[in-house]
Amino acid sequence: MSQLSASQTKLAVEDLRVEFTSAGRTNLAVQGVSFHLGREKLAIVGESGSGKSTVGRSLLRLHPATARVTAKTLRFDDIDLLSASEKQMQGIRGRRMSMIMQDPKYSLNPVVKVGEQIAEAYLAHHKVSHQEAKERALDMLGKVHIRDPQRVYQLYPHEVSGGMGQRIMIAMMVITDPQVIIADEPTSALDVSVRRQVLNILEELVSERDLGLLFISHDLNLVQHFCDRVLVMYAGRVMECLPAADLARAEHPYTRGLLSALPSLDFPRSRLPVLQRDPLWLTH
Amino acid sequence: MAMIEVQSLNLSFGTGPALNQVLHDVNLQVEQGQAFGLVGESGSGKTTVLRCLAGQYQHWNGALQVNGQQVQRKLDAAHYRTVQMVFQDPYASLHPRHTIDSALKEPLAIHRIGDRDDRVCEILRKVGLNDSFRFRYPHQLSGGQRQRVAIARALILEPRVLLLDEPTSALDVSVQAEILNLLADLRREQGLTYLMVTHDLAVVAHLCERVAVMQGGKIVEILDTGELARHEAQHAYTRLLVQASRDMNTHNIEQPSACLAL
Repeated sequence: MSQLSASQTKLAVEDLRVEFTSAGRTNLAVQGVSFHLGREKLAIVGESGSGKSTVGRSLLRLHPATARVTAKTLRFDDIDLLSASEKQMQGIRGRRMSMIMQDPKYSLNPVVKVGEQIAEAYLAHHKVSHQEAKERALDMLGKVHIRDPQRVYQLYPHEVSGGMGQRIMIAMMVITDPQVIIADEPTSALDVSVRRQVLNILEELVSERDLGLLFISHDLNLVQHFCDRVLVMYAGRVMECLPAADLARAEHPYTRGLLSALPSLDFPRSRLPVLQRDPLWLTH
Repeated sequence: MAMIEVQSLNLSFGTGPALNQVLHDVNLQVEQGQAFGLVGESGSGKTTVLRCLAGQYQHWNGALQVNGQQVQRKLDAAHYRTVQMVFQDPYASLHPRHTIDSALKEPLAIHRIGDRDDRVCEILRKVGLNDSFRFRYPHQLSGGQRQRVAIARALILEPRVLLLDEPTSALDVSVQAEILNLLADLRREQGLTYLMVTHDLAVVAHLCERVAVMQGGKIVEILDTGELARHEAQHAYTRLLVQASRDMNTHNIEQPSACLAL
């Protein structure tokens, strides 16, 4: 984005391309993806398989060694993510750039108390005593609006609800005070009332801190209200990028097709229009 | 005639001080051919009601009737010929090492029904798939195709009632539209009765005529989905849900025509 000065740009991605090779076949998962992330909430939307999570994972270099990630630019702050050593990456991952996964049920360690997992995230990057890490974790639990941090600290992941689990994940990812958070479908495992709460917490964190949020989601309605800009992906390519407020006036037939496939409380229709995919979208 | 009747259904887990009552006097009636939605947040007990009807819990109190028959604690095969369930996650509800063919034949084998090959082909066509899917494994199918198979597996016993537990919440919006259209078509063609659990009010408004709103194991309100859209909900919690859903919803777009097929 032109109005952002270089210092505000936290992430710069230009012409990102990700290939997976398995059994001799090469699968081009992402191609020609470019964007900048400043102190803002940028959404990547698209269907499953459109490559949105693959983009998020490339930024943290979470892909297996068989994946080929290339780009003209893949820069975080002033670090080139493509040439960074694994040791450098360890200093970035979870410390300066962290990732909130979709489902707390699968991403929390089932046999460790949730509070200890949050403290562990802090200890991994800071040389402090366990007692101090615990205090920070308790403090962080309070920040994500958990009412009784002392009690929740002692719980195991199976003992907390989905919404609480997701807030615990957020606490774990924010405790190191990162500059960029990649949130991969953070609310799609939650129901409407809890979703609101989790989004409010994310909103609070972004406004309080110097934080860029990359919000990966398939929910167009949600990103329209929650994010600043939206990047629409289909089959590994960016279809269009537009301000979230203009999403309803999107031009691209793919975006429009997704929008109109949503059922609505206020405008009932007897049949929902089904998205028709145009092969031309892939050549432009 | 009411197809499903639930009268003062109570259910609790644990004993003594750990006693946790999850359903409090739940009453509802679903007419023959009706689509009835159950909404509420996680933990409100909506899926638990379905599970009692599906026989996954046996220690409930109250009276359950399906198709005029009392639902017993131990369910017989006849009950399952009438009532089938479709689960939320098509990735988890199909056996990864069974082909679609054997997944669909299993209920037929359990109920000792013949003509299995013909029935499998027919049901696949009904849910918009074809014979070429028969000998594939679930991992070779997309999420939407898997959910079609899950619906086919429920329908192969020709039930009268489908219990739908968040049938589209694991799917993309574009695929959700396909599955909702399929469910609407199947209901019309076969006169099915649906009891659907969901947290998405827009989905309920689209598919169902009536909806019960649950909170903390109680039904707080039962109303027509038309009333929901017309702001006629009485209970504060229902209004909250409607508001939460509206906040996320915008349909100020005109219907694009070029790229859509109806």
